[in-house]
Amino acid sequence: MEAIKTKALTKKFKEKTAVDNLELTVHEGELYALLGVNGAGKSTTIKMLSCLTQPTSGDARLMGHSIVSDTSSVKALINVSPQETAVAAKLSVRENLEFIARIYGSNKKEARQKALDMIEKFNMDEIERSKAATLSGGWQRRLSIAMALITEPEILFLDEPTLGLDVLARRELWHLIERLKGKMTIILTTHYLEEAESLSDRIGIMSRGVLLAEGTAAELKAEAGTDDFEEAFIRITEEAVK
Amino acid sequence: MRTLTFASRNTKEITRDILTLIFGIAFPIVLLLLLSAINKGIPEGYGPDLFEISKLAPGITVFGLSFLTLFSSMIIAKDRTTSFVLRLFTSPLKPSEFILGYTLPLIPMALIQTAVCYICALFLGLPFSVNLLVAAIVNLPIALVFIALGLLFGSVFNEKAVGGISGALLTNLSAWFSNIWFDTSMVGGAFKTVAHAVNAARSAVAGDFAAIFPDLWWVIGYAVVLLAAAVTVFAVKLKKN
Repeated sequence: MEAIKTKALTKKFKEKTAVDNLELTVHEGELYALLGVNGAGKSTTIKMLSCLTQPTSGDARLMGHSIVSDTSSVKALINVSPQETAVAAKLSVRENLEFIARIYGSNKKEARQKALDMIEKFNMDEIERSKAATLSGGWQRRLSIAMALITEPEILFLDEPTLGLDVLARRELWHLIERLKGKMTIILTTHYLEEAESLSDRIGIMSRGVLLAEGTAAELKAEAGTDDFEEAFIRITEEAVK
Repeated sequence: MRTLTFASRNTKEITRDILTLIFGIAFPIVLLLLLSAINKGIPEGYGPDLFEISKLAPGITVFGLSFLTLFSSMIIAKDRTTSFVLRLFTSPLKPSEFILGYTLPLIPMALIQTAVCYICALFLGLPFSVNLLVAAIVNLPIALVFIALGLLFGSVFNEKAVGGISGALLTNLSAWFSNIWFDTSMVGGAFKTVAHAVNAARSAVAGDFAAIFPDLWWVIGYAVVLLAAAVTVFAVKLKKN
């Protein structure tokens, strides 16, 4: 089944077209990475798909629900881990988790149980009472993803989840994301090519608001005629600029 | 239920900041003690009667409420800066639930501020009467004016700008225009208008209930207009993102 299907999805900011007639299909349970340089349109695409901003024209259906006419149904089945960690600074780890569970409809008891499950899954036992503001970047990012997962979304958006993390923290998060594969549909945006290559089922390369190419990492390398994924990305992006 | 959950989170965020307690509670009390001490040093019949406790206490409670603007604007601006609000925008929370969630925690805070100020004033010679309860109720629409201003500022400005506007500019303007330091009717015009809040609170403390409403209508009018503006600006921001 198709988890996401966009139809001529377009976003314009005055004269600038950030996303141009995007036709994208993501299958249920797939981890799909959106790659592109700054200003490629990745974040705007995520913002439209997560109902943060309305498309100028076109539409997208998430599990059959329109992002234009049925936003409340879409919001109930998605969750987002934004580019910034987006945690409540003065709330503890457990309070952050319980808060998100409750605004998505869990009662107090359910929220507490879900928070405890997340704390266990994400190995956050030692920091569960720590205020979010006191956590390292890696732990904040981990909490941010746990906050997105606590609502058991059918579609999860991870916007630059490892941005600004050191190598070890990044690797830890990769393992965590790998464990989520197949359990839900995941859309990942990233600047790190090796991240997209190692984690994704399929990759879409965007430039100037247009989807230039998509496929598995192996297919994209074959399309570009190289064994190196970074080289493939550069060739595909530069070809479009010419 | 979602509104209360969000309000509870906001209460924790605001009250876990020690500066909130210092500015919200301690600073108005210090001012009350200081001005009362100054008043005691002035020979009877020579100084302005503005510093008499029955006039000073209501003025200080209103001045104290101006810090609510700082609290409400700071939490919204911080939520915007850290993208926490982005996370919430993708949740099922509606714009009205956002506004209520940011407003509700500050109402009990306003009542506590007012109560602490009047209790302190009792020790400084303010006679206890049921009028003080009326004065506390009169302070509620005044609190709404300041909260709504904060919601507006927080929706429009960033965290840094909000600190300056709500923290320095607004609290100073509130202090100057509130009839605490000088009789604004001597200046007239806009100065006279912004002193409605303090006049209403003073009338309540004095038990002159008939005199409360001409001023309180103005305050309620400001509160309605500012809250409507805050909801509109927030909804537009949410849509524009």
